[in-house]
Amino acid sequence: MSVAPAEVERPETDEVVVPDTPWVTIVWNDPVNLMSYVTYVFQKVFGYAKPRAEKLMMDVHHKGKAVVSSGTRESMERDAEILHGYGLWATVSHDR
Amino acid sequence: MSDPGDNADAPEIAEEIMAGFRRTPRGVSARFSAAEAGILRNLVAQVAELVGGPGSAEAPPAGAPEGPGEAADGGLPMDFAEILATDGPLAPPEDPVLARLLPDAYGDDPEAAGEFRQYTEPDLRSGKVAAAQTVLATLPAAGGRVRLSAGDAEAWLRSLNDVRLALGVILGITEDYEREFSGLDPGDPREAYLHVYDFLTFLQETLVRALR
Repeated sequence: MSVAPAEVERPETDEVVVPDTPWVTIVWNDPVNLMSYVTYVFQKVFGYAKPRAEKLMMDVHHKGKAVVSSGTRESMERDAEILHGYGLWATVSHDR
Repeated sequence: MSDPGDNADAPEIAEEIMAGFRRTPRGVSARFSAAEAGILRNLVAQVAELVGGPGSAEAPPAGAPEGPGEAADGGLPMDFAEILATDGPLAPPEDPVLARLLPDAYGDDPEAAGEFRQYTEPDLRSGKVAAAQTVLATLPAAGGRVRLSAGDAEAWLRSLNDVRLALGVILGITEDYEREFSGLDPGDPREAYLHVYDFLTFLQETLVRALR
C-alpha cells in the first residue's frame, strides 16, 4: 500500500477516547487482511462511521496497531472474540 | 494489511477471466468456472476440517433440514459436538495456521489468554465451520452463478478471509510479498498457491466493495 489518504495527518485525538474503565481492545497489523475488509469490520462490529473506521484501519496499517474500543474487561473480551471471528488479530489489555 | 487497488486484474485461474462479485437487485452475485469453484470448495473444506475436525466440511449448514439424531446437538455433526462438549483448551494451537485462525487474546499474559481461550475457542471454531459450510452450500461444485443474501455474503467474507489467512501462513505472505515472490521459479509449488491467493484476494475485495 503506497498512497496514504489525508486522514493520516489528523491529530491522534481522533483515536478512541479511553474512559475511566481502562481496558482496551487492540487490533494488530497483519499482511493478509484487506484494508477494505478491516474498514468494513470496524463499521460492522462497532457501528463506527466510515471515516472513523478508515482512520482506525490506517492507524493499524501505519502504526502496527490501534486501540479500537475501550471499556470494561468483559466488553473488551467480547469485542476481541467478535474480531477473531472476522479473522482480525485482536488482543485485550489493561491500559496503564 | 493489503490493498489490491482499483486496477487490480483478476488473476486468471481458468481459461476465462472472472469478473468478481457485483451488486445486483437480488443480492451480490458472481459467476464461477468449474475450476474456480473446485479450488475454492477444496480450500474452504480443508479449513473447515482443520478448525472443526474431520467431517466438518460435510455437515449441513445451519438452518438446513436436520437428519434424525442431530437435533439434540444443535445440528452439529457428532464428532464435532464431542469436541465442543469437552472443556476448551488452555494453550494456543501448535499448528501455525490454527494459531493464526484462533489467536491469543492476551499477548503477554498466558494465564489470561488460556482462560479466554477456554471460554471462547469452541464458539470461534464453530463460527468458522458454519461460515465454511455456508460457502460449500451456496457454491455449486460445477461452478456457475452464485447469488448471496446479506447473511450468506457475510459468511463468505469470513470464510474467504480464513482461507487467505491460512494460505498467508503457509506461503509466508508479508506486506511486500509481491516483490519477494516475483523471482519464483515457474516450477516452484508455491507459484500455484500464490496464484490462488491472489484470486481469493480479488474475490474478497470485490465482495467487500459489492456490499458497501
